[in-house]
Amino acid sequence: MSPATVAQLDVRADFPVLEREGADGRPIAYLDSANTSQKPLAVIEAIDSFYRHSNANIHRAVYELAQEATDLYEGARERVARFAGGESATTIFTANATAALNLVAYAWGREHVGEGDEVLITHMEHHSNIVPWQILCQERGAQLRYLSVSGDGQLSLDELDEVLAGGRVKLVSVAHVSNVLGTINPVAEIAARTRAAGAVSVIDGSQAMPQMPVDVAEVDADFYVWTGHKALGPTGIGVLHGRRELLESMRPFLGGGDMIASVGFESSTWNELPWKFEAGTSPIAQGVGLGAAIDYLDAIGMDTVRAHERDLTARALERLGEIEGLRIFGPPDPDRRGGVVSFEVEGIHPHDLAELCGREGVCIRAGHHCAQPLMRAIGVPATARASFHVYNSREDVDRLADALIAAREVFGL
Amino acid sequence: MDALYRDYILDHYKNPRNFGELEPHDLEAHDHNPLCGDELGVHVRVSGDGRIEDLRFHGQGCAISQAAASMASEELLGMKVEAIAGLRAEWVTDLLGIDISPTRRKCALLSLKVMRGATGDDASWPE
Repeated sequence: MSPATVAQLDVRADFPVLEREGADGRPIAYLDSANTSQKPLAVIEAIDSFYRHSNANIHRAVYELAQEATDLYEGARERVARFAGGESATTIFTANATAALNLVAYAWGREHVGEGDEVLITHMEHHSNIVPWQILCQERGAQLRYLSVSGDGQLSLDELDEVLAGGRVKLVSVAHVSNVLGTINPVAEIAARTRAAGAVSVIDGSQAMPQMPVDVAEVDADFYVWTGHKALGPTGIGVLHGRRELLESMRPFLGGGDMIASVGFESSTWNELPWKFEAGTSPIAQGVGLGAAIDYLDAIGMDTVRAHERDLTARALERLGEIEGLRIFGPPDPDRRGGVVSFEVEGIHPHDLAELCGREGVCIRAGHHCAQPLMRAIGVPATARASFHVYNSREDVDRLADALIAAREVFGL
Repeated sequence: MDALYRDYILDHYKNPRNFGELEPHDLEAHDHNPLCGDELGVHVRVSGDGRIEDLRFHGQGCAISQAAASMASEELLGMKVEAIAGLRAEWVTDLLGIDISPTRRKCALLSLKVMRGATGDDASWPE
């Protein structure tokens, strides 16, 4: 991707909320997209239009309005599946990535993980990719193990091989991109080694799918999950891509309407994929909104999105790296990380940094980022974090750097 | 001067009073702010007549939580142990003397919460 192409990505005007003025009277620099992304007008209008013109429950009624709603929802599923390199039948809509991970933990884990077995995750996981496995392991008498993270924020495939060689691992679940360190993990390699060891792989793509080209068929994991609200879509919808044979062999996660073929007094039979795992009325408007979000991303092109993220990340590593007392966590090479930069400034707690940045209209996150085991592993109670998306510019990064310099002055550093 | 990070707040943050461990101690508690993971513990030594003879806070946190603990520690010395349960949130915010936004309120109140845990049964967030 040439720098010229990067410079042309100027879509801030598509995001109405970014007109909002910060405490300093200027439009905000929103640098918290790893937390949740902002939504383009196209997404807001798709949801508005759905409720104004097309709202009905789906998969049930036969009148025209209901057919239209069903077509919109299922059309969104087809496009979301294509966007991610998956198939419609194995692309399951959930409430969010957390719900998708819990679906796997309950519907697959309870059947296949038993006493003495191991579930393997890593020290860089988000709580949503830790707690479901803790619950599963406690319930089944299994052991939860962690791969370590190196000083520059990398996993070791050798360590993965060593643990897999023990022969007890039933499932491996790893983030595609770390929400704190930004590390892009070699997930295709991890999935392949996991399968070779006879275990099932789960990839948490919450931070990857929104900002780089991802083809779940190429990753070839058994399960790949992500969430809509970090990918310019609405809250309340996530995605689970699963391997067809596994999804077909699994029992449902939640029971209820829409997920059944027939219901008797004592038992029921299950609907076919993907609806077997979509009990109850679906997040219909959210699905339509997510469809509009991936259309928007598709129109920009995910290669261009990635180049833009890389450019801003490189700028942040450079500008923040110049600030005295500032330490950046994660890989130093922008080619090996997604659009998120976590850091600390000696002598100023991350909360105070975020507060002082907020006064300059710069929105960053401070805290443990739902990754407390990682905080312990890297030896800090919390970090400050800036993360980027298509609407950010180099100027936003420069405003962050200026705000951090001003924060040091307030603290007399 | 900054409205929040006033000189005395930063002074207490950078040079916290009554900070560290206290051995031996009669009472102790440890707690955290689930929003940010900040941790704070306290060791308390009680005199024969039921007063706080000495205390030390320890842990890590932002300027607001550390300054609140430091400023509170000075006031708590000599106070009756049984009086701690009656201290309200305003006691801490008045001590700090700055406007605390809703998002920073728990930072300010963590030290009182820990103190109430150490000296009584109630470790709920002060109101």
